[in-house]
Amino acid sequence: MTGSPVLKVRRLTKLFDQVVAARDIDVTIATEEVVSIIGANGAGKTTFVNLVTGYAHPSGGSIRFRGQELVGLPPREITRLGVCRSFQVPQVFSTMSVLENLMIAHGLSDRGRGAGLSALASRDRVEACAELLSVYRIEAYRDRPAALVPQGVRKLLDIAMATAREATLLFLDEPTSGIATEEKFAVMDIVMAALAERKATVVFIEHDIDIVERYGRRVLAFHEGGILADGPAADVLGDARVREHVTGRRRA
Amino acid sequence: MATLAFIVADGVIYASWLLIVAVGMTLVYGVMRILNVAHGSLYALGAYTAATMVGAWFQRGYAPLGSFALLLVAALVVGLVMGLILELGLLRFLHGRDEVVVVLATYATFLILEDVIQLIWGVEARPAPQPYSLLGTTTVGPLLLNNYDLALIALALLVGGVGWWALTRTIAGKLLLAVIFDREMAEACGINVRRVFLVTFLIGSVLGALGGASTAPMISVSRGLGVDVIVLAFAVVVIGGLGSIPGALLGAAVIGLSRAAAVHLLPQAEVFAIYLIMTLVLIVRPYGLLGHERLRKV
Amino acid sequence: MPARDRTGAALAGAFVVFVAAGFFLPSWAVSLVILSLARGIVALGLVVQFRSGLVSFGQALFFAIGGYAVGLAGLKLRLTDMIVLTVIGVAAATLLGAGLGFLMRRYREIFFAMLSLGFSMLFYGLLVKTETLGSTDGFNVPAPTIFGARLSALATRTLLYDLTVAAAAGAALAVHWYLGTILGRLDTALRDNEVRVEYLGYAPGRVIHVQYVLGAALAGGAGALTAMAVGHIDPSMAYWTTSGELVFVTILSGTGSVLAPFLGSLVFGLLQTYALQYAPSVWQMILGVALLAIILHLPGGLWSALERNRARA
Repeated sequence: MTGSPVLKVRRLTKLFDQVVAARDIDVTIATEEVVSIIGANGAGKTTFVNLVTGYAHPSGGSIRFRGQELVGLPPREITRLGVCRSFQVPQVFSTMSVLENLMIAHGLSDRGRGAGLSALASRDRVEACAELLSVYRIEAYRDRPAALVPQGVRKLLDIAMATAREATLLFLDEPTSGIATEEKFAVMDIVMAALAERKATVVFIEHDIDIVERYGRRVLAFHEGGILADGPAADVLGDARVREHVTGRRRA
Repeated sequence: MATLAFIVADGVIYASWLLIVAVGMTLVYGVMRILNVAHGSLYALGAYTAATMVGAWFQRGYAPLGSFALLLVAALVVGLVMGLILELGLLRFLHGRDEVVVVLATYATFLILEDVIQLIWGVEARPAPQPYSLLGTTTVGPLLLNNYDLALIALALLVGGVGWWALTRTIAGKLLLAVIFDREMAEACGINVRRVFLVTFLIGSVLGALGGASTAPMISVSRGLGVDVIVLAFAVVVIGGLGSIPGALLGAAVIGLSRAAAVHLLPQAEVFAIYLIMTLVLIVRPYGLLGHERLRKV
Repeated sequence: MPARDRTGAALAGAFVVFVAAGFFLPSWAVSLVILSLARGIVALGLVVQFRSGLVSFGQALFFAIGGYAVGLAGLKLRLTDMIVLTVIGVAAATLLGAGLGFLMRRYREIFFAMLSLGFSMLFYGLLVKTETLGSTDGFNVPAPTIFGARLSALATRTLLYDLTVAAAAGAALAVHWYLGTILGRLDTALRDNEVRVEYLGYAPGRVIHVQYVLGAALAGGAGALTAMAVGHIDPSMAYWTTSGELVFVTILSGTGSVLAPFLGSLVFGLLQTYALQYAPSVWQMILGVALLAIILHLPGGLWSALERNRARA
């Protein structure tokens, strides 16, 4: 499972005045890895994702994606390079239908500048997006405005939109938050199966340790802006410091 | 250099009544996020009402100095009555609508009021020059200043000063500031935001009307007054920064001096100069000189 | 989608009806239609911007550019062909729009509105103080010709009318096609969630820039047609009240269809003609009341009322 490195983060730091949101972070992620990020609230997990995807500018350090420096690029260029993300609060186009949301994502993923003036609802596109909707099991909602679908469906839509592009590196911010416990595994099964087929590298932030155990082969534990532990899931979750600061679990 | 002195003197006088008008407008925006185009009509109503009352006063031969009190009364009456009508009759139904749509609604109100004013007062001018000459004059170097103008400057400083003090030093003022910074949070803390809105709008309206009433003796109170004023007031609050009272002061000073300079040096360039400044400011500082970006919650 | 076919068919039908009517309508009605359709063309551009949540309070800038381009081309270059002049109007406005667009694309909501107002008032101020352009009086535009021939006043008027109808239909068709493309649909997406657009790999600013240039081109063409129809141009074409009327027509029409702004503009034109004739002193009041009524009770404009009736039928 160790392939060539896809993401190399070196000495990444972010300061908001006096608050250290990211502290000297060093991390390397290889192709097709599935990494889970855990940490208490405010530990810097979402900040890390924001820094890599261009939503925030680091105070120092470098982020290299397949050799290319990402620091300083606007989010849209980072996306175009193949780094996509889904959001903790699903970012969708609320007044447009679920299908249209996906078609926009699909339409924008065409390479080439002229893509902007091709028809949105072309037969090919409608088919491709309907297909994607059924992969994520949300085809029943295809014509409903995104604001009026259940939270879980919206979450899946957000993820589906992030994957409409042939993404090399995918960041999922709390993919199962807001989804009923009974459905969490079902949702993650769907998402992970779809992504495995794509041979994408996936990094997901999760609070639910059961999900982490089941799907994350490698775990990054964040604490106070820095990485506390980094390694195979079993090792990290068993680490005493991680248990103290993050999971708060005592294993029998 | 006498010209320079004239320009500065005129500029300060313009700036004074612009300040009175602009403070009201920017305060309403800061608290309620409403850019009230009808503020120009409030000015006009204040001016016309004051002119009528003053005219009747002098006709009856009452004590001349009493006319000053009349100006203030006119402003209060117009401001409170119109403020109540507008806030309770229209603005509260637009709560939560897009900012731009609300501006359009105030623009519609402005159009209606322009015609209402014409219907009530007709097309001829309503001069009310009497109070202007009551206080005599002062000579400063080459300048022959009318003491009424000086009183106006004092009034503007009073409005600005009291406003600043009230906002930052009194509890009521701090409640207003709280609502300006974060309306939802203020509401969560138990502040009655609806009542704050009403009070703010009344204050703003009174100030707008006061601008009109206090300048009625110096200008030609005639058709199109509201339009002329709103064009200027708009530039003032945008330059200063929407919602900022120090900004209104800065904007008033800039526009007042530019207008004076244009009138003395290049009369037809007045509108051009003012809007050139406003456009340049918006390009360099999109939120105005002293305004600030509202943080977006994602 | 069936709706698209209907729009195309509706446009074709309307085109035929209007051109035919041009031979039967009295002179005042022909003028009214020309001016209303021209205004509708400008409003079409505003409708596209409105779908992104943007309102330009300064569209009069491009309208006036179109008009003055015609005037200057006639005066200095002795160009009078009506088609050439229209193209010149569009070109001049498009050029300016493309340039200003780099700046405008960074603004949103009320600041976009204010900056657009600023530019148009700037142009107004410039026109007012320029003696050679006639200052506040403006100047007359020489009578237009077609393919080098100067025809009778009636024939010229009819041809200008036909040109305007064709321009309106063409503009509506072009915008309708545009709204079906990815870029066109991005306007609603932008209004809904700008962050998402950025994260799908597209610059939100570019959407706004394109819309801005589109609006400018449409307004420029309309300004050119109006100048030729009225025979006179003056700075009021750039004044904020002109922009105000255009915004009013946009709100009145609603954004539901590319046909809406023309409907709204015709209604406005009729309203204005009758009001100015019978009740000129309350024309502004009527405008204000109508605008408030739409904002409060029919936010989707006249078109939404039409759709509601059709749905019920």
